[in-house]
Amino acid sequence: MAAIAVEGLERAFEGVHAVQGVDLEVGAGEIYGFLGPNGAGKTTTVRMLTTLLLPTGGRATVAGHDVVDEARQVRASIGVALQEAALDPLMTGRELIRLQATLHGLPAAEGRRRADRLLERVDLVDAADRRVGTYSGGMQRRLDLAAALVHEPRVLFLDEPTTGLDPVSRKTIWEEVRALNDAGTTVFLTTQYLEEADRLADNVGIIDRGRIVAEGTPAALKAGIGRPHVRLQLEEGSIAAAEEACARIGRLLPPVDGKTVLVEVERGAADIPRVVRALDEAGIEVGSLELVRPSLDDVFVAKTGHHLEKQGEAGGEDEGALAV
Amino acid sequence: MSALTTNARVVTALGARSIRQTFRRPQLIAPIVVFPTLLLAIQTGGAGSAVELPGFPPVQSFLQFMLAGAMMQSLMLAGNSGGIAMAIDIEMGFTDRLFAAPISRFSIVLGRLAGTAALGLFSALWFLAIGLAFGAEIAAGVPGALIAIVLVTVAALAIGGIAAAIALRTGTASVVQGMFPLVFVVLFLSSAFFPQELMIEPAKTIAEYNPFSFIVEGVREPIVAGVGASELLAATLAVTGIALLGLGLSARALRHRLRVG
Repeated sequence: MAAIAVEGLERAFEGVHAVQGVDLEVGAGEIYGFLGPNGAGKTTTVRMLTTLLLPTGGRATVAGHDVVDEARQVRASIGVALQEAALDPLMTGRELIRLQATLHGLPAAEGRRRADRLLERVDLVDAADRRVGTYSGGMQRRLDLAAALVHEPRVLFLDEPTTGLDPVSRKTIWEEVRALNDAGTTVFLTTQYLEEADRLADNVGIIDRGRIVAEGTPAALKAGIGRPHVRLQLEEGSIAAAEEACARIGRLLPPVDGKTVLVEVERGAADIPRVVRALDEAGIEVGSLELVRPSLDDVFVAKTGHHLEKQGEAGGEDEGALAV
Repeated sequence: MSALTTNARVVTALGARSIRQTFRRPQLIAPIVVFPTLLLAIQTGGAGSAVELPGFPPVQSFLQFMLAGAMMQSLMLAGNSGGIAMAIDIEMGFTDRLFAAPISRFSIVLGRLAGTAALGLFSALWFLAIGLAFGAEIAAGVPGALIAIVLVTVAALAIGGIAAAIALRTGTASVVQGMFPLVFVVLFLSSAFFPQELMIEPAKTIAEYNPFSFIVEGVREPIVAGVGASELLAATLAVTGIALLGLGLSARALRHRLRVG
């Protein structure tokens, strides 16, 4: 059974359609990356799936329960860490997790035990009795995540859990998400960071202007818009010879300037030695060579015609680049 | 654990959080304790001879007369502060954390009101202690003090319900904070700080029908004279009416907030 099943989900705000007929399915034990720019409808979708907002159309089930008719059962099955960690700065970390345990009906002793365990898990033991207002952004996100886990939910919703965090804190959250998923928790992760979706998600849904424009595994989505290509920087005058040599290896892509040759390679990095040998045999001197893989941003551009916001903040997109 | 037990624990936990929040945020505790205490000191010190005015009801001292007014001011500001705190929770998204839990959502409102009622109880004890420390007598003794404490506690909950309704409806702390002057208008147009008999029109007529006057008199009577059945009944009806109004408006505002998200 799907952990999350959504059919034609809609939400309008006074005539503005924030979400327009979203269909998606998330399998149990999967990490689903919900990718889109600001205002695309990610948070509105999450708020409907977490029963914080009533849909104006369509239906959705989470952990087998309808989000409208069985909202309380849905809330008992999910953990939620919303955008901009909704924490009370006047509470201590320990107080917050214990309150969360009470909200989920755990006995006081069990709540205390789980709070201690979770604070240790997210490395906040030393700060547990400090007010949350004194925490750094990364500490607040870790606390928010710990609070969302106190009742050991089957499905975890993380709404932009790393937005605004430094790379170290972001990596810590990623590791925690991966560990949770390894333990069997289904994770619905919204993000505007391409690298985050690429690294973590088993499947990705790309939403733009309230509609899903693409869905699939990151690899399939990228493969769907083209093969990797090799980018060669050359001296002027050797372009024609290089094109002739490379045309025997793969399809030439339209040139971007007078010093660059782009050649599509079927097998990615495995084809690089063939390119190098062909150029060497032709006596062509190469300034630089890099393998460029299609990124999720390329998928996004191909599907929507524009780039995601905050592109590259989470790290480079050319993780497959090989400079020589 | 039954749903009722879980929700009762949630109300208690949220009430405790509300009290901690008030004591940890100076701008919330100051109007409840500091301002009414200062006003009581200034009025008692500066206008103490008002008790000699012709028509002033017989009292032991002006401080004894003013205690009910100070409690009334404190409980109304406690209710208002509770509303402000709830609106701050909505603004910073904390309410979403509560709404995402598998509990009755009205228990979130009840938790806040439990905290406000506890602050009302604290206010009643604080001003009774001040009165006793500075020589005021409680005419009806311990039973009279208990009546005053219960009325002040429930009245705080009632006012808190109206403030919570405004917070839930608007979701904006500044709007709830904007009700602050209205608290004083309501107080000065009641018998909180001055006997109705000495007021001039139209304030006198307004105070006569102001439900808060009934509550004030219900609290004051056991302090200055003794338990009066008619004052107690009128105060009970007034506080019950305001509490029902507050709870009804909160429930309606909560439904609105859940609908609009």
